[in-house]
Amino acid sequence: MRRTGGQLVMLVAINCLLLALGAAISGGSFLSLFNLQSMASQVPEIGLLAIGVMLAMCAGNGGIDLSGIALANLSGVLSAVVVSSVLSGTEDQFAFSLAFIAVAVTTGFVGGAINGLLIARLDITPILCTLGTQMAFTGLAVVVSGGKAVMVGSPALLSSIGNDMFLGVPISFLIFIAAAGLIAAALKFTPYGLWLMLMGTNPKAAVFAGFPKNGVLVATYALSGTLSGIAGIIIAARNVNVKFDYGSSYLLIAILIAVMAGVKPEGGYGRVICVVMSAIALQLMSSLLNFGGLSNFVRDFAWGLLLLTFLAVGRYDLVGFLFPGSRQRVGSGAKPSSTGT
Amino acid sequence: MNASRIEQLQESTARPAGFSLGEFIRRRPESITFVLLVAICVAVAIANPAFLQPSTLIDIGRASVVMGLFALGVFIILAAGGIDVSFTAIAAFTMYSLTVLVLNHFPGMPLLVILLVATAGGALLGIVNGLLVHHLKVPSLIVTIGTQYLFRGFLLSFIGTVWIMSLPPQMGAFGRLPLLQFESANGAVVTLPVYFLILPAAAVVTWWILNRTLMGRAIFAVGGNADVASRLGYNLRTVHLFLFGYAGALAGLAGIIHVCANRQANPFDLVGTEINVIAAVVLGGARITGGTGTVLGTMLGVLLIVVINSVLVMVGIPSTWQRLVVGSFILLAAAFFVTRQRKK
Repeated sequence: MRRTGGQLVMLVAINCLLLALGAAISGGSFLSLFNLQSMASQVPEIGLLAIGVMLAMCAGNGGIDLSGIALANLSGVLSAVVVSSVLSGTEDQFAFSLAFIAVAVTTGFVGGAINGLLIARLDITPILCTLGTQMAFTGLAVVVSGGKAVMVGSPALLSSIGNDMFLGVPISFLIFIAAAGLIAAALKFTPYGLWLMLMGTNPKAAVFAGFPKNGVLVATYALSGTLSGIAGIIIAARNVNVKFDYGSSYLLIAILIAVMAGVKPEGGYGRVICVVMSAIALQLMSSLLNFGGLSNFVRDFAWGLLLLTFLAVGRYDLVGFLFPGSRQRVGSGAKPSSTGT
Repeated sequence: MNASRIEQLQESTARPAGFSLGEFIRRRPESITFVLLVAICVAVAIANPAFLQPSTLIDIGRASVVMGLFALGVFIILAAGGIDVSFTAIAAFTMYSLTVLVLNHFPGMPLLVILLVATAGGALLGIVNGLLVHHLKVPSLIVTIGTQYLFRGFLLSFIGTVWIMSLPPQMGAFGRLPLLQFESANGAVVTLPVYFLILPAAAVVTWWILNRTLMGRAIFAVGGNADVASRLGYNLRTVHLFLFGYAGALAGLAGIIHVCANRQANPFDLVGTEINVIAAVVLGGARITGGTGTVLGTMLGVLLIVVINSVLVMVGIPSTWQRLVVGSFILLAAAFFVTRQRKK
């Protein structure tokens, strides 16, 4: 595969280019320690969700996880409501934080496992299933919180996750890197990783080869859900309040990051390191647009354009795009061939 | 004729006698939608007799126009095995830019021309979708998520974010033009506007395209199996362009009706309702992997969602529960149809 190493080199090059561009535009202040730290603390939420999307895409058969940000919000909201009804965030700060983290991660795990079970056991198409759960998770968050923002406050441990540095690196960023590292290791060194990628490449062959298909699917979506749960913790830690509709554009951005990282939407290929690099690249771009004083709407426009551009660059040799008709291509919307009637 | 239809015929000839309820449901999944709809209506009518007032029913009819037009577009794409989430952005884009255009440059433009321009503009944006989906060769979900942001971002950053309260007079008049008007028991005037007729008209056109034209066969064939369809000589490019163009046209029309009906143009409207629409189509029995579904089912699905949305409050369930209920309905319907299918 040409893109195995090439994609990573390209992403590193893009990152360096963006850093250089930022430095040139801002006269060096873009590279100041403060700015770098503030950018690094913004990456983890979206980066974790993007890794979840990547895992679901790798599973193949139209796999995608659209419920990521909804689940992250649900984890934060549910955890805030449940824990603060038992413990007080101001009196017993440490216990509150630990309980908050435990409940949020559990919520994420359970939500993801529900996705996985629905997809694996009931054979519901991932798009439909995660659309449904996306709505159900958001709905549950609305019901639990009554549609209002829920106060988490800044108890000791949580607030240090959101705001403090360790050796000059934001702790949330370190958590992100650690989670990414664990997933990368799991994909590389355990049978699970091999099963996931091979299953994504050819689901039918995987079944005949005796892979534990259901187990792999459930594990994949549960893992993605757990990452959402962690993202929920970081969102709560950084924002003091949690609300059901936080990060409405994260769904697109998570998919954009995964596509930029060269993850194949049809399954079977994706690298965690590329996702991390492309999340960082996107954050750099976002900060650059901020430096230019452009509105959020321009940013949405730019993300849409960028997603389509990367799809064009990654999926389609540009020469063929400019001169169509030279070869008959069999393209289609979803992939009906394997799951259709 | 699509695969499932042929299957139906074969089954009906193979087993002329003996009627099995399971078989019937599997062949006509929209019957479940219908039963569910009736059940909900009966339950609500018992819990709160106010539901049966003509004004409530007309409200439901009025509320289903925009969603119904969207749903027809989504259904035709779903039938071909794709999915579209950009239609709300297309509608918002068309309605707002057209309203601005009419207000500032052509204040005298007749209404018919406005509707035609909206439809054509929507179709154009839809064709952009179709071209991208066909040439980029990626799942249409990802492409249309991209174009949704592209269209909406363009609208909000370059065309405007101002809420237009005073519409051009001809558009406002169209929104109020009554088809049916009477006074209800409590003295309020209840109106069924003329624009309601557009929905049944669009439904009939869609039904005609799907069941009486070659394009309809091509759509179901592509939804059944795109590779086989292209080997049979269907031109996938034409099918994709038609599909997304048609869905875009319906979205453009829906957008301008939304403006006329609400008597204001808000560029932030509509986007965000797409999951409801997809839910409606899926609840109507169309399979998300393509190749199946009926226009009637889609319309029933739309009614179901509109009824759920508008009656929750009537039976005393707080409106905060709306998303949770609709989300669970999607999952239940999906699970139900899948398990039905497996019991062949």
